[in-house]
Amino acid sequence: MASTLLAETPRGGFSFENCCRNQFFEQKGIKAPTAYKTGTTIVGLVYKDGVVLGADTRATEDTVVADKNCSKIHYISDNIYCCGAGTAADTEMTTQMISSQLELHRLNTGRTPRVCTANRLLKQMLFRYQGHISAALVLGGVDSTGPHLYSVYPHGSTDKLPYVTMGSGSLAAMAVFERGFKPNMEKEEAKKLVRDAIAAGIFNDLGSGSNVDVCVITKDKVDYIRPFDEANLKGQRQGSYRYKKGTTAVLKTEVKKIPFEVVKKTVRAEPMETV
Amino acid sequence: MSILEYNGAAIIAMKGRDCVAIASDRRFGIQAQTVSTNFQKIFEMGPRLYIGLPGLATDVQTVHQRLQFRLNLYELRENRRIKPKTFLSMVSNLLYERRFGPYFVEPVIAGLDPKTFEPFIASMDLIGCPMVTDDFVVSGTCSEQMYGMCESVWEPNMDPQELFESISQALLNAVDRDAVSGWGGIVHIIEKDQVTTTELKGRMD
Repeated sequence: MASTLLAETPRGGFSFENCCRNQFFEQKGIKAPTAYKTGTTIVGLVYKDGVVLGADTRATEDTVVADKNCSKIHYISDNIYCCGAGTAADTEMTTQMISSQLELHRLNTGRTPRVCTANRLLKQMLFRYQGHISAALVLGGVDSTGPHLYSVYPHGSTDKLPYVTMGSGSLAAMAVFERGFKPNMEKEEAKKLVRDAIAAGIFNDLGSGSNVDVCVITKDKVDYIRPFDEANLKGQRQGSYRYKKGTTAVLKTEVKKIPFEVVKKTVRAEPMETV
Repeated sequence: MSILEYNGAAIIAMKGRDCVAIASDRRFGIQAQTVSTNFQKIFEMGPRLYIGLPGLATDVQTVHQRLQFRLNLYELRENRRIKPKTFLSMVSNLLYERRFGPYFVEPVIAGLDPKTFEPFIASMDLIGCPMVTDDFVVSGTCSEQMYGMCESVWEPNMDPQELFESISQALLNAVDRDAVSGWGGIVHIIEKDQVTTTELKGRMD
């Protein structure tokens, strides 16, 4: 039908067409599945030359670990990165959205984007959705006015601080920060403190785990170190549990050859040799 | 009861050496009643690109059709086959568009890059959060059983025959411990020049 075809052309923004049906399911008592959450411990701190961001790498689906090595430090622009906690799809999509808006802004103004701009874009978007987009972010970067660090909450409030932690492991990480933070630290000292804070989250919080990712942002460059510390290595496999070939009972097999796409065919005539 | 358990499904995708495999069960049921034992849950989106869609059966078919539409437009515009990573973004976008009224599917993508033939597997949650891994991905009602089986039998760099045995046994043994999935299995082994589709003999209960 033409009307259904027209409905498909992308108009941008959210589509609420399934809401009626999904609400009907809930009334009947049929529960919706849960999305991936990033449990998480994410931290940021400002040191002498810039900003250090840190994150763990576990993504959970209720109590099952869905992704053992996911990347929680998202690119916003060349000089700004953002760690995300909360619903994984929301943090992923929100940071991508703001990244593209910021790139257009950069092309428009001809200047390196400022961290406060990214902060403003994020908080305006999250407030618009009244906390239904569950994205708690640690935004950090270095721009022409210096290094800046913000924490952004799902309802749209932000805090500008020298050190922040977010996520389910934030209490464990904040304890480490409160003990060890000093203003104007050296780079190695700052990296070590971030690593210790994330490790505190990994080992004490069930929602955080696996490795520590670190991102060091300075005026001239960005060091995205993934993994910075492999805090949890998978054990050595003790035996091979593979099945022998031919174990599986098969009803029918079909082999479909994939024809290679012919790009060019040249036919060259070779004159026959006459003796 | 969760909405994903209404129809029941089990999908696994595994990476091997220059090949990928994707397998699913064949049951279509309405809660306790089994309606069909040859329901298609894995769809071919390109000669070397397959997507598995476990979840609510109506959404499985709707998402497949919507995706096919978008993919056709893409291929007409770009005049080339889509890369698996780009396809991942396309599916993610389709699902996230419905963030506040989602489709009840948790897709699994398996394929080879059309130019470099590099293997690629990924899965997603129902609102489109992508997860790319190097070993295996599982999705469906018996996902915990499948995680257990895959962690045991998967090893890196398996050739197509070894990969077939591993993925088939992982699927069959996992669905045997789940009441709403099973009733046979289908496996696709995707290599550079051919795709081998095998129907498995499993317990029909």
